[in-house]
Amino acid sequence: MTDPIVPPPKKDPQKVTRPPESPPLQRSRASLKLTAAASRGVFALQVCEACGTVSYPPRDACAGCLSTDIEFRPVDDRGSVIAETVIRTSTDLYFRERTPWRVGMVRLDCGPSIVAHLHGDVAVPGPVRMVAKLDKSGNAVLMALPETESENMADDPEYCELTASPRHRRVLVTSGREAVGQAVAAALSKAGASTVFVGIAESWKPFAGQAKLESIPNVEIMPLDLTDTTSVTELAGEIGGKTDIVVNTADYVRPGGLFGEGGLVTAREAFDVNVFGLQRLAQAFGPGMRGRGADGVNSAAAFVDVLPVHALANTPDFGFYSASAAARNSLLQCLRSEMRPGGVRVMSVFTGPVDDDWRQQVPPPKVAPVQIARAVVAALEEGIEESFVGDVAKDIAQRFLDDPKVLERELGK
Amino acid sequence: MVETPQTEKQMPLKPSRRPYRDVVVAVPVSIAYVRYSIETAHWWIARALKELTERAGIRPTDIDGLSVSSFTLAPDTAVGLTQHLGLTPRWLDNIPMGGASAVVALRRAARAVEAGDATIVACVGGDANQVDSFRKLLSSFSRFAQDASYPYGYGGPNGSFALLTDHYMRAYGATREDFGRICVAQRDNALTYPHAIMKKKLTLDDYMAARAIADPIHLFDCVMPCAGAEAFLVTTEDVAKDLGLPHAKLLSTIERHNAFPDDPIQMRGGWAMDVDELYAMAGCGPDDVDVLETYDDYPVIVMMQFEDLGFCGKGEGPEFVRTHDMTNGGDFPQNTSGGQLSAGQAGAAGGYLGMVEALRQVTGQSLSKPVESACTALVSGFGMINYDRGLCSGAAILQGSGV
Repeated sequence: MTDPIVPPPKKDPQKVTRPPESPPLQRSRASLKLTAAASRGVFALQVCEACGTVSYPPRDACAGCLSTDIEFRPVDDRGSVIAETVIRTSTDLYFRERTPWRVGMVRLDCGPSIVAHLHGDVAVPGPVRMVAKLDKSGNAVLMALPETESENMADDPEYCELTASPRHRRVLVTSGREAVGQAVAAALSKAGASTVFVGIAESWKPFAGQAKLESIPNVEIMPLDLTDTTSVTELAGEIGGKTDIVVNTADYVRPGGLFGEGGLVTAREAFDVNVFGLQRLAQAFGPGMRGRGADGVNSAAAFVDVLPVHALANTPDFGFYSASAAARNSLLQCLRSEMRPGGVRVMSVFTGPVDDDWRQQVPPPKVAPVQIARAVVAALEEGIEESFVGDVAKDIAQRFLDDPKVLERELGK
Repeated sequence: MVETPQTEKQMPLKPSRRPYRDVVVAVPVSIAYVRYSIETAHWWIARALKELTERAGIRPTDIDGLSVSSFTLAPDTAVGLTQHLGLTPRWLDNIPMGGASAVVALRRAARAVEAGDATIVACVGGDANQVDSFRKLLSSFSRFAQDASYPYGYGGPNGSFALLTDHYMRAYGATREDFGRICVAQRDNALTYPHAIMKKKLTLDDYMAARAIADPIHLFDCVMPCAGAEAFLVTTEDVAKDLGLPHAKLLSTIERHNAFPDDPIQMRGGWAMDVDELYAMAGCGPDDVDVLETYDDYPVIVMMQFEDLGFCGKGEGPEFVRTHDMTNGGDFPQNTSGGQLSAGQAGAAGGYLGMVEALRQVTGQSLSKPVESACTALVSGFGMINYDRGLCSGAAILQGSGV
C-alpha cells in the first residue's frame, strides 16, 4: 500500500516557492509518437508490419528484420519486473529534487525490455502492467504499476508527477451558470478538491441550478465574466495565487454559417467568450500557475479547457462556432507550450454536441453534462492531455486522425 | 509486406582467422590523471603522443598511422587532430567505443601494420574533464539513452548498472561483499601504482559503509570521472627491435557488438560468443593467463568478464572472488594498476588503462607492483551503454618476454 497524501498545511509566505524544473526535454521524432499516444492515454509501441516484432525504445527500423514499416499500435501492457534500483543521486536538476526515485527493468510479455518508473507497491520480481503517461516536460514516459489496484495507489509520488489529481487542490470552474459548469464543479468536489471556486457572470441574475450549486461542499461562488478583462484580472488578483487547476467550461454556442443574418455580431460574441475569454483567463492565471508548478502537494497542476470537437473540423450548421473552437484549440497548443516550463498540464476535453437548448436540432447521440464532468476528473486523475467525450467526439477524432480532408467533406455534406 | 526469398541461400562457412604475423605492441604511456582540469582533449592527447614519440625515439612525423578515441574532442574528430597536432599519417582511425576502444584500436592497427598500410601506428585515448564535462557528455550520449533511459531518474550509467547488478545478485546469489572484494583488491593494487587517483586504503568495512548511489550500487562501486590520456604503439617486431623497444606480441583478439540482444537484461557480454576463438587463436587457455585486465566501470561487469572469459562458469563469479586473491601478489592478479575504480576513469582513456598496464606488466616496465614472471596478459574491453546495456566488447591476448 502507498502512504496516503496528507492535506498540505497552509503555505508559509516567507518560504521560497520551489521553482519548477523539467525532466529531460529532448526526444527523437519516433519517440514523440509514443508521446502522442500517451497524451490520449494509450499504451502503444512500435509493431513491425512485416515480421510482427514489438520494438522499444522507439526507432526507425525493425531490429527483427530491418523493415522500416513499423507503426505505433496498442499492445499488451502486461509484463514482469526483473530488476529494480532506487536512484539517489542525479546530475539532472528535476530528479535531483525528487530522489529517491524508484526505477525498474520490465520484460514485457510482448517482447521488449523497458526501463520504467516503478510504482512503490510493485514487488520485485513480479508481474506488472505498464502505462504510458506524460511527464512534467510533456513527454511520454512508461511506468510499471501493480497488476491489480493497491491501496492509495494514486498517491505514489512518482505517479503523482504524471497526473494532476484534483484531490487537495483548489480548482476554478469558469461557468457556474450553465449545466456543464455545475456538473464539473460537483464532480471535482466529489473527487476531493479542497476548494472549488465557481465563476458566475452577472451574479445578480438568478439562474437554473443555483441552489444546488451553492450547496455543493467546498464550492465558493466568485464573480467572473470572461468577456470583461477587468473581471478576470480582479479574480486572478484575489485567488490566482491559490488556484491549482483551472477548468474552463465556458462555451458560447449559436447556430449559423457565414451567410446568416447578423452573423458577424454573433460570431464576435462567440469569439469573445470562446477565444478571447480563454485568452483572458490564461493571461491572468497562467503565469502564476507556471511559477507554482512544483509547489508541493497542491502545486499548480493543470489548465483544462472543455471545447467542442468541431475544433478539429468545421460543421457548417455551426460554422462560426466551429471556427471559434478551432481558434480555441490553436490557442491551447500555444498555451501548452508556454506552460510547459512550469510542468503545468494543458488538457483539452473535446466534447460532442451537448444536450442543450441551442442544439435541439442536432440529432443524437448527444452528451450529458455529467459525462463531461466525469471526463474532466478522469483527465486530471490519469493525466490525459486529450480526451474525447461521447460517441460523436470519438468518431470525429478517429476520422480526423485518418484524414482531415476526408472529414471536412463528410461534415460539409 | 516484404517478400520472402524463394530459397534461403547457404551461408559460406566461417573462414578461420589468419593469425597475427609479427605484430607487436610497445611504449606504454600513461599521462597522470587529474580529477578536474581546464585542459582540453587535444591537450591531453598531445601530451600522450609527445611522450610516446620521445620514449620511442622517433619524430612525430614518423607516426604514419593514428588511432584516436575520445568523447570530448567535439567538434573535432581524429581528422581535425592531424592538422591540430601537425601529423601526416597515411592511415587514420577514430574509435568511438568507450571502454572497448583500446582493444578495437589495437585490432584495427594490427591488421594495418601487417598489411603494410602503416608502419608505426600510435593508438591514443584521452579525454578532458572540466567541471561540467560529465553532465554534458551524458546529455548527448545516445538516442536511446535520451529517449528511454535518462527520463527515468537520470541516474546515468549508475542507474543502468544498478539494474544489471540487482538482477545479477538475484540470479546468482552475489552479495555486496562479493563486489566489495573486487574493489578492495583493486584498491590494494592501486596503492602500488603512482598515477592512481585514489591514494587511500579501502577496507571491506569502508566499502560496505559507503553511501548508496543507486541501490545496490554504492559509492565505491562507481568510478571517478577524471581527465587523462593513455597511449601505445603498434608496429612490426623488426621496427620495435631497430628502435630498441621492449614489446609484446599480439596473439589474438576478439570484438563483438550488441551480443545476445534477446537477453531480457544483460547477464553476459559479447566475450561469451567469441571466447573460444580468442583462446584458439592465441593457442592458450585461461590457465595460461598471468595477468588479467578487465574493464571495470562497475564490479558486476568485472565478475561477468571472469565468467565470460572462461575463468569460471556462468554464475560462479561470486564463489570465484571469494576463493581468489586478486592483488598483484595473489593467485589471480587482476586490474593491476587499480583499474578505473581506483586509478580513475579518464573517459575513453579508461578503455586504454588496462591495455597499457598489461603491456607494462609483460614487458618488464611496470609502474605498479610487478606480477611475478608475468608473460601472458589478457586485456578485456567493454563499452557504451546505449540504452540498457553495454554494447561493445572485445579482448586481446598479449605475450611479452616476461621479467
